[in-house]
Amino acid sequence: MKPKEGQVRIPSGCAIAAVIARDGERMSGEGMIRAMEPMHDRSNGLGGGFAGYGIYPAYKDFYALHLFFDSRDTRKTCEAFLKTGFEIWHAERIPTRKIPAITDEPIIWRYFVAPLQSVLADLQLDEKEFVVRTVMEINTRMKGAYVFSSGKNMGTFKAVGFPEDVGVYYRLEEYAGYSWTAHGRYPTNTPGWWGGAHPFSLLDYSVVHNGEISSYDANRRYIEMFGYQCTLQTDTEVITYMMDYLLRRQGLTLNETAGVIAAPFWETIDRKTDLKDKEKHLYLRTVFPGLLITGPFSIVLGFEGGLMALNDRLKLRSMVVGEKGDRVYIASEEAAIRRIEPDADNIWSPAGGEPVVIRVKEGAQI
Amino acid sequence: MKQIDAKELDFRTLNERLRQATDDIEILNCCGQRFIGAGLSDRKILIRGTPGNALGAYLNGASLTVGGNVQDAVGDTMNAGKITVHGNIGDAAGYAMRGGTILVKGNAGYRAGIHMKAYQDKVPQMVIGGRAGSFLGEYQAGGVIVVLGLGEKQSRIVGNFPCTGMHGGKMFLRAACEDIAFPQQVTARRATDEDLREIQNILLEFCAVFSYDIAAILDAPFTVITPDTSNPYRQMYVVN
Repeated sequence: MKPKEGQVRIPSGCAIAAVIARDGERMSGEGMIRAMEPMHDRSNGLGGGFAGYGIYPAYKDFYALHLFFDSRDTRKTCEAFLKTGFEIWHAERIPTRKIPAITDEPIIWRYFVAPLQSVLADLQLDEKEFVVRTVMEINTRMKGAYVFSSGKNMGTFKAVGFPEDVGVYYRLEEYAGYSWTAHGRYPTNTPGWWGGAHPFSLLDYSVVHNGEISSYDANRRYIEMFGYQCTLQTDTEVITYMMDYLLRRQGLTLNETAGVIAAPFWETIDRKTDLKDKEKHLYLRTVFPGLLITGPFSIVLGFEGGLMALNDRLKLRSMVVGEKGDRVYIASEEAAIRRIEPDADNIWSPAGGEPVVIRVKEGAQI
Repeated sequence: MKQIDAKELDFRTLNERLRQATDDIEILNCCGQRFIGAGLSDRKILIRGTPGNALGAYLNGASLTVGGNVQDAVGDTMNAGKITVHGNIGDAAGYAMRGGTILVKGNAGYRAGIHMKAYQDKVPQMVIGGRAGSFLGEYQAGGVIVVLGLGEKQSRIVGNFPCTGMHGGKMFLRAACEDIAFPQQVTARRATDEDLREIQNILLEFCAVFSYDIAAILDAPFTVITPDTSNPYRQMYVVN
């Protein structure tokens, strides 16, 4: 049997891209597929994926769970388990297209669900926490089942293959979203299984990542104290859980979160002349030392209504941002942006540790 | 000048055609193809569009000109020749270059001139017209890096940690640099007229290519940075 993610560690080059329409206009997933084409050689065919936001307007009040199953029996067992905590409003196979480039596919379903109020009351949990615990439960305890997307009005689509092929496989041209992220994988630590492709997502947070963080184990040990289970040995999984912990559970802002995971050097903090800013960074580094990410990374975090791009503080990976009208583009290479928007202006490279947050404008329908 | 339309061409095909060509070449619709001009020793290549990473790697005498921006690792280990960029340049420009010239009209990303070196008559030169990101001249071992900060309203023309691990070569920054923290193993001082004569030729070339007035460029304080051999580099990441 081929080894799966989590069973082997092979000591990532990657490609990332993202787009957001600040006016909330919905774009098909095709643009992101084309953006990945000029960065083809950054991936090796062992993983590609996309996340789209605003793609399920008809079910926007339900959590959209995307699952991989290894067999029909696993699916039946998992559905029975889901019914103990959720109302399943709609369930279906995720539409795919048979293409030679994508093989060995698991059974792929999606469920639009709402947590049962009686269960929430009984457990004294809020909705989101209950969804997170359910995802962790399935991913760690139910062999052969894996939840790879669990947010509202958003969805992650990923597979083993080159990203351009993965996009075609999932028929992304049929979806329309106000923001998209994309990833091409070159796995360096793990064998490359469908679940290990990016984006990694939890609730409406999704992360695409280029790099290889050296603080993986320190971060994992810290985050596991709070109920998150890292099952795949891939660094992006832990980043996703760190985002959920800092943003949702600790209630930090995006900028503060960036100040934790890409904290400035002590020396840089010492030299800050804005005393309030200096105090903030001292506080964040002191309170959350276990969540500092070291080693190279460039990531794009997707969330409801926006995107955040962030590089490691030493900037050991490339990332550029460009704009055209209300659209903002982020990519590992400028060529990716030029492919879909040749006239993009204001192309710039954010500094290491400097978060770039783009939100849909207030009042825009998403 | 012969034209090659790079649309739909992968990097291997494009570079193969460049190697086979005997004329000067204009590449049209370039979008992300890597290694353009790698190892070429003659000819001029003009690039329209956005070339991919490692443009002019191991360049050995050819002349590459790009109308817009370029990505990362331009001129990686280049030996001779010239790369002219009319836009901005990405990270790690001139990585370990050991000869030739890189002229950039706009800004540079992180780690420009990382581990540049020199040997006898091989002295690489890089001029950045705008500002440079952090870790400028990291581990610089030779050659000359010039940052002009033209059109910059803010006083800082380089990011954090310039000259980290620098142990050879020279850097010229067109600024007083009072607010920049240099590492202990380098010496930063106001450039004299004699210092500036060393970079006069390259500045004249920069001005000719990008239509600047040399007098206006020289009408500003320059800081020259050299390694201090009595206090060698010891650590950045770890003590060893």
